[in-house]
Amino acid sequence: MAQVNQIKIAQPKLLVKIRRLLFDNSVPLLFIVICLAGVYFSKLPLVFILNTLLSRITRNSFLVLALVIPVIAGLGLNFGIVIGAMAGQFAIIIVTHYKIAGFPGFMMCLLLATPIAILFGIITAMLLNRTKGQEMITSMIAGFFANGVYQFILLFLVGTLIPIKNPDLVLSRGIGIRNTIDLATETGLKYALDDVFKYPLFNVLVAISIALLIGLCIDYYLKRKKGYEGIDNFKFTTQIIIMIFVLAASLYIIMTGSILRTVKLPIVTSLFIAALWSFNELIMKTKLGQDFRTVGHDMEIAKISGINVERTRIIAMVISTVFAAWGQIIFLQNIGTLSTYGSHVQIATFSIAAILLGGASVTKATSGQAILGIILFHTLFIVSPKAGNNLFGDAQIGEFFRAFISYGVIGVALGLHAWNKRIQAMRKRLEIV
Amino acid sequence: MIELIKKYINNIGLPRLIITLLFIGICVTAVIIGLPVGLLASDVIRRFGMFGVLALAMVPAIQCGTGPNFALPIGIICGLLGSLMTIEFRLTSPVLGYGFISAVLISLPFAIISGWLYGILLNKIKGSEMLVATYTGFSIVSFLQIGWVTLPFTHPEMRWPIGKGLRVTVSLESTFGEVLNRLWGFNIGGIYIPTGLLLFFIGCCWLVWLFSRSKSGIEMVTVGANPKFAAATGINVDKNRIIGTILSTIIGAVGIIVYSLSFGFLQLYLAPLYMAFPAVAAVLIGGASTSKVKISHVIIGTFLFQGLLTVALPVANQMFPEGNLSEVLRMIVQNGIILYALTKMGGES
Repeated sequence: MAQVNQIKIAQPKLLVKIRRLLFDNSVPLLFIVICLAGVYFSKLPLVFILNTLLSRITRNSFLVLALVIPVIAGLGLNFGIVIGAMAGQFAIIIVTHYKIAGFPGFMMCLLLATPIAILFGIITAMLLNRTKGQEMITSMIAGFFANGVYQFILLFLVGTLIPIKNPDLVLSRGIGIRNTIDLATETGLKYALDDVFKYPLFNVLVAISIALLIGLCIDYYLKRKKGYEGIDNFKFTTQIIIMIFVLAASLYIIMTGSILRTVKLPIVTSLFIAALWSFNELIMKTKLGQDFRTVGHDMEIAKISGINVERTRIIAMVISTVFAAWGQIIFLQNIGTLSTYGSHVQIATFSIAAILLGGASVTKATSGQAILGIILFHTLFIVSPKAGNNLFGDAQIGEFFRAFISYGVIGVALGLHAWNKRIQAMRKRLEIV
Repeated sequence: MIELIKKYINNIGLPRLIITLLFIGICVTAVIIGLPVGLLASDVIRRFGMFGVLALAMVPAIQCGTGPNFALPIGIICGLLGSLMTIEFRLTSPVLGYGFISAVLISLPFAIISGWLYGILLNKIKGSEMLVATYTGFSIVSFLQIGWVTLPFTHPEMRWPIGKGLRVTVSLESTFGEVLNRLWGFNIGGIYIPTGLLLFFIGCCWLVWLFSRSKSGIEMVTVGANPKFAAATGINVDKNRIIGTILSTIIGAVGIIVYSLSFGFLQLYLAPLYMAFPAVAAVLIGGASTSKVKISHVIIGTFLFQGLLTVALPVANQMFPEGNLSEVLRMIVQNGIILYALTKMGGES
């Protein structure tokens, strides 16, 4: 019996596989359709969409990738990345105060933000350890609370207790940081990372797809030779087809000399994102990563098997908070103005909505889903006002629609998760009885 | 001696003690820096009556075991719809309280239906009520933003003179604005007492108290206190949770009508988004927890929290003319108290 089952699982039919793939990815697929419809109805030029999308992807990916590890460690979606973002903004204010410009200023920012973010992460994690089972609402309220403290420090302690007398930063009354800080000045951080090195996107895509094609084939060949059993022909073919498609499309665009060729990719920023992506992947192969997974799966089992649950959770939160701080710095160096009391407020909502659109859930998230989610979410963001205008004669409706999507998607995901959890708990109880 | 003090502090509750001390401190500062006491006191009383009913909406929700109702915006939206329809259909004769009574009556069916649907949702997601509630509230508010633009309201006082949709704030001056405040209102020693408003709030409190003494009320409280015991004695847990949610939604709808009429404006679009949090914070400051609440908690909590905010505003403005210190104070107190309550409930789950 067991053998029959195994064979069945090992070799499901192609149709079943496709159906399963469609079902498992129903959320991203639905939003791919909505996005394509939006792109169509907005009638925006493709090159504009692509350019805007690219800058939005590169500036937001880091923040969304910061969400992955807490999900794996069972802390749910980390609404507390707001707190990390605050750490990043503290660092930016300090660096702007000392007028360290360009790339060195950016690196200085990362360096300064790290200890602050570690401290904030530890505090948040300690709070979450006291509210097990309610981590997400706690991290959300903690974000609101931290925002109050953040405003108190920057509005009332700067100039009274913290001696900063820089007229570019401090309000004219001498107390409190200005509402907006311009990072586009000569000593500012604007494009400090993006402008280091830029290269046409489609040339990069050609290179990447060729490299991946070769890599995939070698990997497949090696596995075959070793007689590795978990070989997945279906996955391999899909990947190959996607890569060939990307390669062909990019080559076509380069050959035909379309205007899309001018779209440029900030290479260093992309490398940062790739580094974080591979960090997220690699850490899961270490002992720590396995601990995350075990704790996320079942805290009791983790405790019995000798894992220090509280400490593991703290590490997960610290990693996430530090990445959020870095992510916020990358985000702001692209935007070019720091809105001192506003830049961080919506970070958590947007990032979480994005990762959910990519197909993640409260208990499962991968870096790939994060990136896919960002692409979808921001396509929606770019096209919905214009699409709303063309469809309903009112740009506001499109704007409200995207606000609704970002809250609604989180609401639905959280609701489904809670429902699922309850059903599973009931099943478990029935099994025991 | 120290034991005695500890016991005493435990009785009052640490947050209530801190907020009380803060409130007294700010009041003393206000008197010292020479702010007009009469005006301030009138303001505190007005804000107390104005906000009380919204905070009261937390009582049935906590009593029936669904925790503080972070989805208060659902009720708020119902109340707003009721008020808007009252103005639209011009149901504002003096007999109908210049529209107040009609607004409440119209919003009732909306509140009952949405409360019932939301109650069903809450029964499916037991254990994560607060988080899901928050985002349900957010979603509803952001969805209704589309509604405010597209719903076919025509009354010129509500629509933008040019362009589409309803105004961000709709003035109630020509309809039921301040109608409760003026009802039997009088001045005493420079302090204005909005008798009607206070009586209405106290009346609502009394009704909720009365309900919790009735048979179905006792059932509901039992469900909230111990669902397993309730189920064992043959009480329908899910049904009672729905009843509590409906009640909470209704009180929320009435609450926003009272709030708006005293404020003088209906606030549409994003205004209701965060309105649940101050209401939750108020009952928590009053001494409630996420699973236990009394009417007295509502009254004490609303008075302390709203009083604190009202007095802090002019005091803070005297000390820091620019920068919104009282807003910052509100954020810290409000979210700090919710965090504190969360850590207290953490042990159970």
